[in-house]
Amino acid sequence: MRYNFKLNKSLIFASILLFMLWAGAALADEAAPAPVDPVAEAKAELQTNMNIIWTCIAAFLVFFMQAGFAMVETGFTRAKNSVNILMKNLMDFSIGTPVFFLVGFGLMFGVSNGFCGTTMFGMSGTEPGSHWNWTFLIFQTVFAATAATIVSGAMAERTKFISYLIYSAVISLVIYPIFGSWAWGNLLLTDNNSWLAKMGFHDFAGSTVVHSIGGWLALAGAIILGPRIGKYGPDGKPRAIMGHNIPLAALGVFILWFGWFGFNPGSTTVAGGMAGYIAVTTNLAAAAGAITALVTSWVVLKKPDISMALNGTLAGLVAITAPCDGVSPMAALIIGGVGGILVVFSVLFFDYVVKVDDPVGAVSVHAINGLWGTISYGLFALNGGLFYGGGFKQLGIQLLGAGVAFAWAFGLGLVLFFVISKTVGLRTSAEEERKGLDIGEHGSEAYNSFQIFSTM
Amino acid sequence: MKLIIAYIQPHKLEEVKAALAKAEVGKMSVTNSLGCGAQMGYEESYRGVKFEVNLLKKVRLEIAVNESFVEKTVNTIISAARTGQIGDGKIFVIGLDDCIRIRTGERGSPAIG
Repeated sequence: MRYNFKLNKSLIFASILLFMLWAGAALADEAAPAPVDPVAEAKAELQTNMNIIWTCIAAFLVFFMQAGFAMVETGFTRAKNSVNILMKNLMDFSIGTPVFFLVGFGLMFGVSNGFCGTTMFGMSGTEPGSHWNWTFLIFQTVFAATAATIVSGAMAERTKFISYLIYSAVISLVIYPIFGSWAWGNLLLTDNNSWLAKMGFHDFAGSTVVHSIGGWLALAGAIILGPRIGKYGPDGKPRAIMGHNIPLAALGVFILWFGWFGFNPGSTTVAGGMAGYIAVTTNLAAAAGAITALVTSWVVLKKPDISMALNGTLAGLVAITAPCDGVSPMAALIIGGVGGILVVFSVLFFDYVVKVDDPVGAVSVHAINGLWGTISYGLFALNGGLFYGGGFKQLGIQLLGAGVAFAWAFGLGLVLFFVISKTVGLRTSAEEERKGLDIGEHGSEAYNSFQIFSTM
Repeated sequence: MKLIIAYIQPHKLEEVKAALAKAEVGKMSVTNSLGCGAQMGYEESYRGVKFEVNLLKKVRLEIAVNESFVEKTVNTIISAARTGQIGDGKIFVIGLDDCIRIRTGERGSPAIG
């Protein structure tokens, strides 16, 4: 018995040993090609998930900018057109979302043939689920909608609603995404053939891609529309057509400033310290723009003008959008500050000299300061800027990119609005313009007129 | 002394004001008003429910003038406010018993001018 027991024990021991050897060998076989570091793996997964969360939060902040645009534009125009301008803002996002999902995103980020993307229409090829592409799509959708909604302010108070809807679909369908594919097409597929990006064109969060594109289209639209009735007197001098609600406009600007903390810092699409740095440069530029616009209006117009200061804040934000990741905080102050000065003179220039009626200053804020912000990177870039010993190369590339954006958006804009004006018609009748588009186009009022009620 | 009350189309206010200033009638009060008349109304809708709006927005001018200015004021308002369409408005001319300027205590014609 004793012997047998011993035998049994040693047999069991031996078999356990054998099993362990076999299992160890099997494990070693599986792991042999790449030894796994579970800590590194967990860190990578954590980083990926944090990137997704940060990019989603940023996208939601940028989405809220739609509310900011709606309030700025409503506040800076007359009460009789409030329903119309709110409808335009709602529809820019609502039409832009499916159009960009179905077509725009593919043109912008699909495999490029050199001119535009040719794949990923309707997100074909990406399984529904947790793939990064979905986060990237929502982030890019809110950007596309921002470009679209810039135009409604410049064309406010006199554009036929149906014609505006046609424009709104076309910008998200082709105008925005095709230029976007040249400058940003390699953001998703990094070896994509995006010619401006390949040349080294730097537009971090979209001074050109988003703001100038929207701004130049706004200019084309305002030119073809012509000024509002009563904007210019018989002597050709501009008259003030006052906005009806400055508190709403101010609220809108604060919402936009808030949303910009998603627009610029979120364009890292990476949860990391750069987001904080970009929040600092963005904030400095916005503050500087507000201050310099205030001072400029005080000196030139003799009074510190609120609507100019509000425009100045936005000018600083638009200007810092392209260079926010690659310039020093001091440079951000200068870039925003120059933006605030530029916007005041630009508003006066378009009002008095060019005589283009832009009720909310969209062209001056988005086109002119988008241009300035893009150029400013060529001057102030810590890596390659003219003022940092980088020579003229980067500046030249920035000018080229901004010039191409102007030719593309302004040229196509003129064609688009001309075709609309000759077919559907672009402008409402003079009678409707006088009564207000709220009643003429929508048959309802934003502020239910004069309510007669008893107090007893 | 007469009190001239004119109801005009709101978009004609600037023109009427400029024409009156040219005719040296520079004193007036202006208020928003609602009214109905031959112009009838128009239809609005709210959440799918249609309703008739027949109180239309008008602007009311009140101008106190001395006798020698009455015809000039009335004719100026007509020439600036008239479009020829229904809804152009009406002018009422009412006798005025007295007029007092609060600052100086002047009464009658001198207080108007």
